[in-house]
Amino acid sequence: MREGMFRNVSGCAISGIISKSGKRFSGQTIVDSVAVMHERSNGLGGGFSAYGIYPEYKDYYAFHIFYDHKTAKRDCEEFLEEHFEIINLSKIPTRKVPQITDEPLIWRYFLTPLPTKLADSQLDEREYTVRCVIRINTTVSGAHVFSSGKNMGVFKAMGYPEDVGRFYRLEEYEGYCFTAHGRYPTNTPGWWGGAHPFALLDYSTVHNGEISSYDANRRTIEMYGYKCTLQTDTEVITYIIDYLHRKKGLTLKEICSVIAAPFWSDIERKPQEDREELEYLRNAFSPLLITGPFSIIVGFEGGLMALNDRLKLRSMVVAEKGDTVYVASEEAAIRVIENNPDKIWHPKGGEGVIITLEKGNP
Amino acid sequence: MAVEFFYPEYEIVRNFDRCIACRVCERQCANEAHEYRSEDKKMAADDAKCVSCHRCVSFCPTRALKIVKTDHTFRENANWDGKSIKEIYKQAESGGVLLSSMGNPEKYPVYFDRILLNASQVTNPSIDPLREPMETRVFLGAKPENIERDENGRIKNNMPPQIMLSMPVMFSAMSYGSISYNAHESLAKAATELGILYNTGEGGLHENLYRYGKNTIVQVASGRFGVHKKYLSGAAAIEIKMGQGAKPGIGGHLPGTKIMGEISKTRMIPEGTDAISPAPHHDIYSIEDLRQLVYSLKEATGYTKPVIVKVAAVHNVSAIASGIARSGADIIAIDGFRGGTGAAPTRIRDHVGIPIELALASVDKRLREEGIRNRVSIVAGGSIRSGADVVKAIALGADCVYIGTAALVALGCRLCRSCHTGRCNWGIATQREDLVKRLNSDWGCKRLVNLLTAWKHEIMEMMGGMGINSIESLKGNRLMLRGVGLNEKELEILGIKHAGE
Repeated sequence: MREGMFRNVSGCAISGIISKSGKRFSGQTIVDSVAVMHERSNGLGGGFSAYGIYPEYKDYYAFHIFYDHKTAKRDCEEFLEEHFEIINLSKIPTRKVPQITDEPLIWRYFLTPLPTKLADSQLDEREYTVRCVIRINTTVSGAHVFSSGKNMGVFKAMGYPEDVGRFYRLEEYEGYCFTAHGRYPTNTPGWWGGAHPFALLDYSTVHNGEISSYDANRRTIEMYGYKCTLQTDTEVITYIIDYLHRKKGLTLKEICSVIAAPFWSDIERKPQEDREELEYLRNAFSPLLITGPFSIIVGFEGGLMALNDRLKLRSMVVAEKGDTVYVASEEAAIRVIENNPDKIWHPKGGEGVIITLEKGNP
Repeated sequence: MAVEFFYPEYEIVRNFDRCIACRVCERQCANEAHEYRSEDKKMAADDAKCVSCHRCVSFCPTRALKIVKTDHTFRENANWDGKSIKEIYKQAESGGVLLSSMGNPEKYPVYFDRILLNASQVTNPSIDPLREPMETRVFLGAKPENIERDENGRIKNNMPPQIMLSMPVMFSAMSYGSISYNAHESLAKAATELGILYNTGEGGLHENLYRYGKNTIVQVASGRFGVHKKYLSGAAAIEIKMGQGAKPGIGGHLPGTKIMGEISKTRMIPEGTDAISPAPHHDIYSIEDLRQLVYSLKEATGYTKPVIVKVAAVHNVSAIASGIARSGADIIAIDGFRGGTGAAPTRIRDHVGIPIELALASVDKRLREEGIRNRVSIVAGGSIRSGADVVKAIALGADCVYIGTAALVALGCRLCRSCHTGRCNWGIATQREDLVKRLNSDWGCKRLVNLLTAWKHEIMEMMGGMGINSIESLKGNRLMLRGVGLNEKELEILGIKHAGE
């Protein structure tokens, strides 16, 4: 049994750091932060997403791919060559760590869609890329694209997050934003693809919780061409955000009002204009409401969003120091890297914290 | 006795030690089953007239009465049971079609009773509805395809007309004529108090009831009885009835004897004429014709009201539903084969149509496969008996349910299935003034409000147990369901796993 064949629920640790000025810093910081929450994971999955790490290739989609075997790599590369121009490809550098074993083949590609193919598809570039990712993940046996954004990358594995960070040599990357995840699944995922973050294009999600609306959300999002192959909450949340943001053009704030919608009793107390808009959003996208406990950090090109479920059934703390914003499951995970923040607070349930880079950065 | 006589199915058992011969039973029974014998000052009863409606039992001040199933029997035969034999006698005598009332009573599987619900623990907390908000509000209607914004970037309200309900339950179509004025008024009042909707059925809307318009669905069926501009524009939504679960493929017939006074006026047909609703709509012989009627009704009401298309659950219901979703309808109501009726040919009631659970699951799946599930809402009816049935129907994919029989039971109906006789002792399925008077609409309203308030509490408890605090997250959430004792094919159609999986 491996992830995707069964539904795997998890408890977790999450952490995120962003520099609003777009100043790049080493990935070691996020590793130090998530390491504090060791007890919140059980060694069955850890991972990171890092933004601004590939400035020299910032115009190309960076695909990070797990291969179970060489045949998968051959088949997948054949598909990539048919659909993209491959600007560069290499193994992702790793170091041997005793705690991390059974690694698959891990490759990185910088790609741009083939202009003729793209024109033929009548799709925009991002939709074309999404469809290719879904095609590979559902039809190329043994291949799994786990990162597909521009100027960003996901790094994940089976193991505790701090070991995963060392394995991927995260300290060697510099970015303006990082998120981290330590996983406590109730079942053995069986492979690395099940670890988090889960990403599509530049949207990446780390998530702590178990959503009770899972199947309602899954069956709705699959109607729009997504395929939930992993059966995890994080996967479906990522797709929902991609759908609402990229395809429906909702702002992140509006997205919060859909997935962690205010209660009707709260909506009724709002001024008329807000009330109408909130009622519209809840009604129009009602099957995408997410219930049950969750705290999530969503990374995207140029920003980060942190959000709790409507009842705040999971802990989540936010802090600010200068131009840097920190989000974590526990305050300790912030204090360990910034002991003296200017401001520290617990956002209310359903209250999205949206941080975007100041204009012109990076 | 002649061959056409058979011993009554139910016997009236009277305890003469208790009976005080007060004659209440005699006065309460419109079937005249009870009689006072002046010669010995004792009550007597004719079991043959008893329909087992329990009116006399309920009113007997000394609890002297009970109704029991007779032990009189034919020779046992697993093939030729008593019912089959008796029906042959009846038809050999009358040469006619057998008539019955209410829903299919035969032993077909009830899938709701083979489905179990989930509850959360450990990894996900359950939610206590007494301490936390638990939302049951639903909107029915098509959802917008695209977000539009004004010049300031604010979202424009391009939402098609909607129905807002405080909970996902509505009273299904029961016409004034098939049920009494007081029963109708009870439903209208209760719907208003509950913040839900009731449905006029095909009998028009009595002028006194227009004041409940905001909570009324008006029906347009094949007979078009009582349909006019004010009728359409006075309602919250309009329902086109294409079919009914109790009698798919056939129409309706309210005998001329019931078309008197107010009913004749409301239906807009002369007194004493039979009100015959044809089997098909004679202007709808195909899907494109339905589209024309949908848009005619929308034109007539200025595109301000959602249009519901109600169909019976039959074999190709998912293909039909998909066609309806593309025909401009805002809501599809599916009526399962256990749905009730005032009168239906017995063979049709008992042998045509399919269970609502299977129909609902397959329609929801089909609309999702075609990417058009958000274009229509689904209302499921055809024997929703409890709060648990509601939760299961929603989790299978319904936006809302219709209840008819359950509402009548709340008003006193004992499911004696004799509506077609017009002598309902509970004042529900009758037009006899003395019987109608027995049902007070304020009392009826209170009972309906109580019933649905109780169901709402149950629904909230079950949702909370599953860790769900809003009904929209339950809709189509089939992972919350497990089947017991179902075969692979049944599970596949229902789209659920077996218990233990």
